[in-house]
Amino acid sequence: MLEIRWHSRAGQGAVTGAKGLADVISTTGKHVQAFAFYGSAKRGAAMTAYNRVNDQMIMNHEKYMEPDFVFVIDPALVYTSDVTINHKENTVYIITTHMTTEELVASQPRLEGKEVYTVDCIKIAQETIGRPIPNTPMLGAFMKVSKMYDIEFFKESMVRILGKLPQKIIDANMIAIQRAYDEVK
Amino acid sequence: MAFDKMELRDIEVWDGNFAAAQALRQCQIDVVAAYPITPSTPIVEGYAKFLADGYVEGEFVMVESEHAAMSGCIGAAAAGGRVATATSSQGYALMVETLYQASGMRLPIILNVVNRALAAPLNVNGDHSDMYLGRDSGWIQLDAYCPQDAYDLNFIAFKVAEDHEVRLPCMVHQDGFMTSHTAQGVKTLTDDEGYGFVGDFKPMNDMLDFEHPVTHGVQTEEDWHFEHKARQHNDLMTKVMPKIQAAFDDFEKLSGRKYNIVEKYDMDDADVAVVCMGTSVETAREVATEMRAKGIKAGVVGIRVIRPFPFMQIQEALKGAKAIATLDRSAPGGTVGMLFNEMAGCLYNLETRPMLSGKIYGLGGRDLTKKHLVDLFTELQANVDAGKITTPLQQFIGVRGPKLSFL
Repeated sequence: MLEIRWHSRAGQGAVTGAKGLADVISTTGKHVQAFAFYGSAKRGAAMTAYNRVNDQMIMNHEKYMEPDFVFVIDPALVYTSDVTINHKENTVYIITTHMTTEELVASQPRLEGKEVYTVDCIKIAQETIGRPIPNTPMLGAFMKVSKMYDIEFFKESMVRILGKLPQKIIDANMIAIQRAYDEVK
Repeated sequence: MAFDKMELRDIEVWDGNFAAAQALRQCQIDVVAAYPITPSTPIVEGYAKFLADGYVEGEFVMVESEHAAMSGCIGAAAAGGRVATATSSQGYALMVETLYQASGMRLPIILNVVNRALAAPLNVNGDHSDMYLGRDSGWIQLDAYCPQDAYDLNFIAFKVAEDHEVRLPCMVHQDGFMTSHTAQGVKTLTDDEGYGFVGDFKPMNDMLDFEHPVTHGVQTEEDWHFEHKARQHNDLMTKVMPKIQAAFDDFEKLSGRKYNIVEKYDMDDADVAVVCMGTSVETAREVATEMRAKGIKAGVVGIRVIRPFPFMQIQEALKGAKAIATLDRSAPGGTVGMLFNEMAGCLYNLETRPMLSGKIYGLGGRDLTKKHLVDLFTELQANVDAGKITTPLQQFIGVRGPKLSFL
C-alpha cells in the first residue's frame, strides 16, 4: 500500500490533483482511492487530501493515515499546520517553497532529519499556467522523486485527464509538470 | 433514441456521487425533480449536465425545497415516468412526509440518499442519522459500501422497484464523503448493457393513460386505511426479497459482480463478529482478516438490504458466532442502536443465543479507524473467553472525553 497526504488550501486543486493522480495510476492496473477532509471550509482554508494505491482492492475507508509521501502545495502550511503529523520513519516530503531545502529545514525544525525535497510549484504555475494552481507541478515533482512512471507516459495521461480544458491550458500544464520534474531538489 | 451514447472505459475513477449520476444517465430517467444539498448535490447536478449535453432524454425540474422535489417526483411517477432524485440530511428530513406518500401510492421512485448527520449542531459529514429516519416509511432501502456499489445498486433499484409485483419506491444509500466524495475504480457497464438491464419503463395505472382513468392519492378513513397499509406491508415483506435476489442474480450474470441480501465475510467459523453498514463494512472486513492472522476468528456481517429487513438471512449468518457487536452510526435518541434492537430480534429465538453488545460510532463523520476495530474484536474475544459480556451493553467508540456508556 502506498499512501499520500496532500496539504493544501481549499481552491489550490489538491482534490483535483489527488483524483487526477488516482486516475493515471488506475490505468496501470492498480487499485486507487482519492479523498479529502471537507468541512464547511471555504476557499483559502487549510485542508488535506489523500491517495491510497495498492495491488489489491482497497477496502480501508479510515481517514487516519501514516503517509509514505507528504505533498505540501502551499508554502505557508509548513509553519501553520503540522505537516509531519502521523509520519513514518521513512515518510518523504515534497514541499512547495521558494527556499532551498536547507533553508526550509532550518526554518522549520520539525523537518530535521527527514527526507525533504523542495520545488517552487506556485512560481512554476504562475509562470506557465498563469494562475497559482500548484497541483499539476507537484505531480511532476512526485514523478521525479518516486520514479513511479516515465514522465512522458505521465504527461500523456494528464493530457487525457485535463481533456476538457482549452488546449492552451493543457499545454501550459505540461510545461509546468516538466519544469517541476526538472527543478525539484 | 434521441440522445448520444457515452464511451466509458472499463474502469473509471469515479466518486460515489458521479457513479450514481452515471447510473441515472444510463437508466435514462424521464424526470428528476431536485433541490441541492451537500453532499448529494453532484448526483442531480451530474444528471442535469448529462441532460444539457444531450446524453439523456428527460426533464430536470427545479423546485423550491426537498418537500417539493419529492412531490414533483411523485407527480411525475404517477403520470407514468421513470423518476429519480437525490438528497441528504436536512433535505431528507424535510422530504419525510412525502416519502410516505410515495410508498403508499406504490410509485417506483429511486432516491439516492447520501447519508449525512442531522442538525443540531449543523454538520455536513457522513453518518447514518438520515438513513435511519426513513426506515419506517415503506421504501425499499439498499446500502452501498463504496462507489462501485453506489453505481451498481442504482440499476438493481430500478429493476426491483419498477417490477409490477413490487411497485414500491427504493432508496440507494451511500456514506456522505466517505463514498460520495471518495474516488475509486468503478467497473462500468456500457450504455446498452446498463439500459438493457433495467429495460424500458412499463407504467401501471398511470394517470396519463386516459383510456383507463384511475384515482391517485385517495383518502381512506377507518373503513379501508388499515387494509391498504397491511397489504402494502405484506408486499414489502413477502414479494420484495425474491425480486431483489433475482435482480442480484441477473446483475451477477451481466457484470460478474455478486451482491447478497446480507453480506457475510469470514462468517463460516467466526467466534466474534461485527454487524455494520456503509463504508465501515469494508474497513471491518480488512481488520477481520488481520485479526485472523493473530488467531482470533473474526467475521463481519454487512446489511445490504435494510428494508425489508432480512431477519432470516441475518439469523443464518450469525447463528455460529459467540460474541457479536452492532455498530450504529446514528445517535439512538433514548434507546439502544437500531442494529442492536434488530439483531436482538433476529437472535432471541436461536438456541445458541450469542452475546450481543451495541456500539455507537462515527457521528458527524468521526473517523472509524482500523485501531478502533482491532480493539473491538479484541474486546469481543475477551467476552468469548470470559463466557460473559465484560463491558457495559452500550458504549461509544471514538468519542473524546470520559468514556461514556449506558445500560
